Amino acid sequence: MRQYFQRKLGIYVLTFFVAVTIDWMIPRFMPGDPVQTMLSRASLRPEAAQSMQAYLNSVFGLDMPLWRQYLNFWGGLLRGDLGISVWLFPQPVTGVILRAVPYTLALLVPATLLSWWAGNKFGALAARRKWLDNTVLPLGYVLTATPYMWLAILLAWLFGSVTGWFPLSGGYSFSLAPAWSLEFAGSLFWHWFLPFLSLFLVAFGGWAIGMRNMVIYELEADYAHYLESLGAPRRLVRRYAFRNALLPQLTGLALQLGVLVAGALVTEIVFSYPGLGYLVLQAVNNQDFFLLQGVFLFIVIGVLAANFLIDIVYVVIDPRTRTGMRGDTA
Amino acid sequence: MSPVTLKVDNLQVWYRTLRGDVQALDGVSFTVGDGELVGLAGESGCGKSTLGKSLIRLDGRMRHVGGTVELDGKELPIGDSERMNGFRFKEVSIIPQYAMSAMNPTRRIGRMVAELLESRGVRFEGQLEELLRRLELVGLDPEVLERYPIELSGGMKQRMVMVISTLLNPSLLVADEVTSALDVSNQKAVAEALVDFRDRHYVKSTIIITHDLSLVYQIADSIIVMYAGKLAEKAPTDTLVHAPRHPYTRMLIGALPEVGVRYDTKRLEGIPGSPPSLLDPPKGCRFRDRCPLAFDKCAEEPPFREVAPDHAVACWKAF
Repeated sequence: MRQYFQRKLGIYVLTFFVAVTIDWMIPRFMPGDPVQTMLSRASLRPEAAQSMQAYLNSVFGLDMPLWRQYLNFWGGLLRGDLGISVWLFPQPVTGVILRAVPYTLALLVPATLLSWWAGNKFGALAARRKWLDNTVLPLGYVLTATPYMWLAILLAWLFGSVTGWFPLSGGYSFSLAPAWSLEFAGSLFWHWFLPFLSLFLVAFGGWAIGMRNMVIYELEADYAHYLESLGAPRRLVRRYAFRNALLPQLTGLALQLGVLVAGALVTEIVFSYPGLGYLVLQAVNNQDFFLLQGVFLFIVIGVLAANFLIDIVYVVIDPRTRTGMRGDTA
Repeated sequence: MSPVTLKVDNLQVWYRTLRGDVQALDGVSFTVGDGELVGLAGESGCGKSTLGKSLIRLDGRMRHVGGTVELDGKELPIGDSERMNGFRFKEVSIIPQYAMSAMNPTRRIGRMVAELLESRGVRFEGQLEELLRRLELVGLDPEVLERYPIELSGGMKQRMVMVISTLLNPSLLVADEVTSALDVSNQKAVAEALVDFRDRHYVKSTIIITHDLSLVYQIADSIIVMYAGKLAEKAPTDTLVHAPRHPYTRMLIGALPEVGVRYDTKRLEGIPGSPPSLLDPPKGCRFRDRCPLAFDKCAEEPPFREVAPDHAVACWKAF
């Protein structure tokens, strides 16, 4: 068992290393120069601009050779220092990100878990109710095939523009200042609901379809037939089938995490929701290397951590993985 | 003959397919006596597994078309799965063909058995002692109850399923190809256990479905030979093997190798041809096309009739 986790951990560390390296490379090989952007915003005289450029280059560490920049990046990373934002100069990137992370997590975690839970329940139900299978499941196919942002735009148009039930942008009402009040919490919830709903719906369709197919497969498995031959009530057979069908769904969850995060990012952009996705858009628009790197890094860490968690859960709920680890299969 | 446990009368079970009904079991009648161990043999597709399954659980494609099954004097509602539930496990039980995958892979075996028993309204604690005794009888360590099915070898799984299936002392046990996936030494152990279970009255009567005549020859009291959805011959084991009356049985037995005989000069005889399609079975005797003795009368269907006490045959030449 320990060996298994050591190997897994090794793979995760390697993945992290590669991801960080790519993360560092992407902004640097992107066309454009952040310092130029800042200078053009300041509209200085040419000679002042020149000295300003030299100064900014040294502040951001861009005057050093690439390999030096790369090593510095790792050094800073290990100290928790991700550099200074270009867009919100001179705020440190870490602070900017930490302010946005709660919004993204508040969207992503409930949307992921609830859609997984509800999708599984619903799919299992559809597997044994013909009418559900024939009516609501086709809707699931449509939902899962819908791009996140398209559904987000549709919801924003329908419930934001046309009916005006929900606000269209922001994390809370512009007329409020953050406070521990009921009014503020309500405003937060109001702004949170539509982005959450669009993420939830798309993911829900996929889980429901997957679960329906898995449960039908499990109910036709030999162990299910054997239990039925021995007169076991349907309840028991279905409980076993549901539990066994959950295993591939859990693997699916691990595989889907990246997609879900990407979905959350575009959804945030559609609703101008002040999470990481919104930061990515601003960082790209402003040539903000450091912010972009920081956001990607956070996403990488989050996805890796969640995957590791699922690995552990899998070992707990599927005895077959444990047997394989001990290596004593009879 | 001893009192009858099972009485099957003109049983018809068909498979529903897109191309029509496959008449896998077409008018089958026989009885199994108390304590009798019956071998049910035939080539693949002859309907022997269909017969076995019909006695306990019809799958989704199977349809009970006609005929009755009586167990201990009570009629089994084989077409009604809900009502059958009361009989399953307690009155009639099965060791399925797929014993290797019959147990839930994600439950410890002991826990699965407990949940199964409780779901049938039987207390697990009350059965535990008996369960352990029977595990010991088939040579399994009590510790297997703490294991997952994947941790058992094929032979162990087969024996485990055997113990589970017979735990509530059913009147009738259907053992479907129980030895087919095993090596010879495991085959012998399982076959002996079947006899042992009968002798200890764990089960009253047993039907052993197999394609392996030489296996049932060693353990069965009588043998039924099936061909193309119908019974060809039923007789006490010795009679059937040494004095078969149906040409199909004769050819089947002729195709078996014998110990102590060298076959380098003489080829083993097979049966030329193949069985007819059961989608639209031919009129008359279904073995007619492959039978060396066929004559005009065979265009009429032969009845399954006793030619001697306990010996019934469906062949015009045998009457």
